[in-house]
Amino acid sequence: MIVDTRTPNPKNFISGATGDWELVIGLEVHAQITSKSKLFSASSTSFGGEPNDHVSLVDAAMPGMLPVINKYCVEQAVRTGLGLKAKINKRSVFDRKNYFYPDLPQGYQISQFKDPIVGEGTVHLDMPEDGAVEVGIERLHMEQDAGKSIHDLVPGKSVVDLNRSGVALMEIVSKPDIRSADEAKAYVTKLRTILRYLGTCDGNMEEGSLRADVNVSVREPGGEFGTRCEIKNVNSIRFIGQAIDYEARRQIDILEDGGEIDQETRLFDPKSGVTRSMRSKEEAHDYRYFPDPDLLPLEFDQAFVDEIAASLPELPDEKQARMIEQYGLSAYDAGLLVDEPETAAFFEAVAEGRDAKVAVNWVMGDLAAHANQVGKPVADAGISAGQLGSLIDLIADGTISGKIAKDVLDIMIAEGGEPAQIVQDKGLKQVTDTGAIEAIIDEVIAENPDKAAQVKEKPKMAGWFVGQVMQKSGGKANPQAVNAILAQKLGL
Amino acid sequence: MSDLTELNLAQVREGLRGKDFTSREITDAYLEAIDTSNAALNAYITVTHDKARAMADASDAKLASGEGGALEGVPLGIKDLFATEGVHTQACSHILDGFEPTYESTVTQNLWDDGAVMLGKLNMDEFAMGSSNETSYYGNVVNPWRRSGGDNAPLVPGGSSGGSASATAAHLCVAATGTDTGGSIRQPAALTGLVGIKPTYGRCSRWGIVAFASSLDQAGPLTRTVRDSAIMLNSMASPDPKDTTCVDMPVPDYEAALTGDVRGLKVGIPKEYRLDGMPDEIETLWQQGIDWLRSAGAEIKDVSLPHTKYALPAYYIVAPAEASSNLARYDGVRYGLRVPDDDVVAMYEKTRSEGFGPEVKRRVLIGTYVLSAGYYDAYYLRAQKVRTLIKRDFEQAFEDVDVLLTPATPSAAFAPGEITDPVHMYLNDIFTVTVNMAGLPGIAVPAGLDPKGLPLGLQLIGKAFDEETLFRTAGVLEEAADFTARPEKWW
Repeated sequence: MIVDTRTPNPKNFISGATGDWELVIGLEVHAQITSKSKLFSASSTSFGGEPNDHVSLVDAAMPGMLPVINKYCVEQAVRTGLGLKAKINKRSVFDRKNYFYPDLPQGYQISQFKDPIVGEGTVHLDMPEDGAVEVGIERLHMEQDAGKSIHDLVPGKSVVDLNRSGVALMEIVSKPDIRSADEAKAYVTKLRTILRYLGTCDGNMEEGSLRADVNVSVREPGGEFGTRCEIKNVNSIRFIGQAIDYEARRQIDILEDGGEIDQETRLFDPKSGVTRSMRSKEEAHDYRYFPDPDLLPLEFDQAFVDEIAASLPELPDEKQARMIEQYGLSAYDAGLLVDEPETAAFFEAVAEGRDAKVAVNWVMGDLAAHANQVGKPVADAGISAGQLGSLIDLIADGTISGKIAKDVLDIMIAEGGEPAQIVQDKGLKQVTDTGAIEAIIDEVIAENPDKAAQVKEKPKMAGWFVGQVMQKSGGKANPQAVNAILAQKLGL
Repeated sequence: MSDLTELNLAQVREGLRGKDFTSREITDAYLEAIDTSNAALNAYITVTHDKARAMADASDAKLASGEGGALEGVPLGIKDLFATEGVHTQACSHILDGFEPTYESTVTQNLWDDGAVMLGKLNMDEFAMGSSNETSYYGNVVNPWRRSGGDNAPLVPGGSSGGSASATAAHLCVAATGTDTGGSIRQPAALTGLVGIKPTYGRCSRWGIVAFASSLDQAGPLTRTVRDSAIMLNSMASPDPKDTTCVDMPVPDYEAALTGDVRGLKVGIPKEYRLDGMPDEIETLWQQGIDWLRSAGAEIKDVSLPHTKYALPAYYIVAPAEASSNLARYDGVRYGLRVPDDDVVAMYEKTRSEGFGPEVKRRVLIGTYVLSAGYYDAYYLRAQKVRTLIKRDFEQAFEDVDVLLTPATPSAAFAPGEITDPVHMYLNDIFTVTVNMAGLPGIAVPAGLDPKGLPLGLQLIGKAFDEETLFRTAGVLEEAADFTARPEKWW
């Protein structure tokens, strides 16, 4: 029974020739479990390596071989379930999903069908316009990955690399609670963030550690659910958005032409940006699921779950709430900071003992801009939290102005070095000596008597004087002192 | 020196330890017997002469210095279902052509660790699917027993461990390993006058045994005496972290259980095993067994296992279902037979069409059918429920009794080609499959001859992991039956 948990929001509607349409989306995300060895064998899971280097007798399905569950992978799945605020099933069952394919050595994939290890949970999204959106998790189950068929390596032949065969995956199935491509992208982004916080999946979509099957249907706003199509194996967040946009338009066009949607499996082609039919419902496999007789039901006690729960890190939602509370940040700023756990930790190191709002502006402003430019995470962009902190301290104690600080940061990025040393070497220390500032101001007034006369009529011209004074001081004059003395001298 | 191949395992063990003869001597005697007789019986499909002699020599070195394991120097035959490193392991199927594993099954490794010597690999029904050893890619195995009274027609040894049964009965090995999914140790043991035990599911590791039906498969020995089976099982059984269905329990000393004393033992006689149209000689044998145990001081009680009649149909759903999935790996991609084609699906189809025999195909088809969408609930799920009920039947019966006594088979050995209807063939396992469905231990003990002079066996069924009571009771039956008949040597 599928329950519609959302109130239709006109902002999400897609207008068609006959009226508005509403998207209904559910995702099945396949996340590779971070573990040293495979789900049922001791082979390495490391990426790369020569083809068929990481293949045990079990992975190659030699006669008489038996799977043995990797306890660490079970812990990782439970950890993920806890991170998704989901029900942990202390008894789950491994089933065989039977189908023939050359990169599936056993002729079946060991998966969990009727009794998954994790049940219902929730992922919370903060959408820029709609605010909070709750996406329900239907289930999470563990399964084996297949190997890889390579068709262009040996002319006229296909070859198989079993390095991935048997690698542990979590399939995380959402409820059909998503109503736009943006929400779908936000959901996968958030899910990936949670997995990274938990350390249960590295979320690396380029290496295939995270990929999604996207179920898309359209309906009249708030109406009955439509017939869905499943877009298989989409491997980037951007492509998820593109695939949904294309698929929505395709389905709307069919329906508006009086047609019907065929329930089918489709593939997204990133080059052309379109989805193509892969197989129809009639061609769908009969996987003949049944409990794997080689494996006993997976059972553990509450103490096992409690121990994992006790070791759980602070998760993005909690961290965001704490940052708002502790640092007085806006929900938006806090949300940006917690996207990457390293960025949040970087910020907290910078904010330690300093003005948090100044810290967030520097972290998410100038430093984030630089990081973005070099394509690296903020925490990894070449400036340490200690360096950025020292720079902020120099502003706070009046050694340099905020404007000079931006120049110092540029120098730190370009040439390296500690901010205090740079300020000293380059003579960037702020002039706070009122006598020196007074002298410059007198000089500027003397050079521009007409303007000095006009300023009383046009007080906005004071800004021009500030600019002149700052220029003459090489930007080093303390702006507060300049303002105060100018006001006095000009009689404002 | 008398013929060393006449000795049973316990005697061989004593003779080797007492230095009456060497392992090399008895191994050579067996190799010679195999070379002379195997053509007639077709029990061995591979004889590992060099390996056997090398293992025997190594054993002799140990024995000479007073060392050695429980089976040191004892020559054994190994069913082709067990992976043996570098040696023919093909489950007697065409589809595993040329397959020689780089690994050794846990059970055979346990035997070698205890000093046993491998003579070779034994014929069997293809993928252990059969009750007459007529489905092997390597041809029928012949039973050393023949009907008396002029009919010299060859007979089947039973199956699927037909090669193990024929070789042990014809003294072409001291003892052999077998596997039992629905009766594949006990039925051939009964048809060849041997002792055969299928231990409790989980007692022997399945690691390295080519899988037929994972929830039912279990390894065990075929031997000429109860004591020999106890000695063999002691070595074969072990915990194994590589098989999660294998129990982490120490292996008791089964030989020590052979006290010969069953006074006060409660023996159950399940009324549902009294079939309509059961041959008189089976009925008589069963009554004889009851009388023997009663005379030995056991208490006989009638018990009921009400779901017995559903066991065979349910078995022929569960076992093929698991087999259809277990045999999916034989696809021509990585090892064994490949019949090439440019199209991968055509390659699968050609390879599997040519590689599997008709009985294997029949079971793969049945198994695929019963797991299919729309049929799963009606067949597989219902069969699993029946299985639960069968288990409960036994649990309830074992509240009142210690062991059950039943016939081992519904008839004596038959001729190849005599049974052509698959369902009729499946009925051979009518008394044995229930035990696999419940995961319990069962032992077949030779107890008498039919009017044609062919051996008949009785079966004892025990509580889970109570093989000791089985051995103890079997020992008493063996002594009472005093089964000394031997097939007249014609081979």
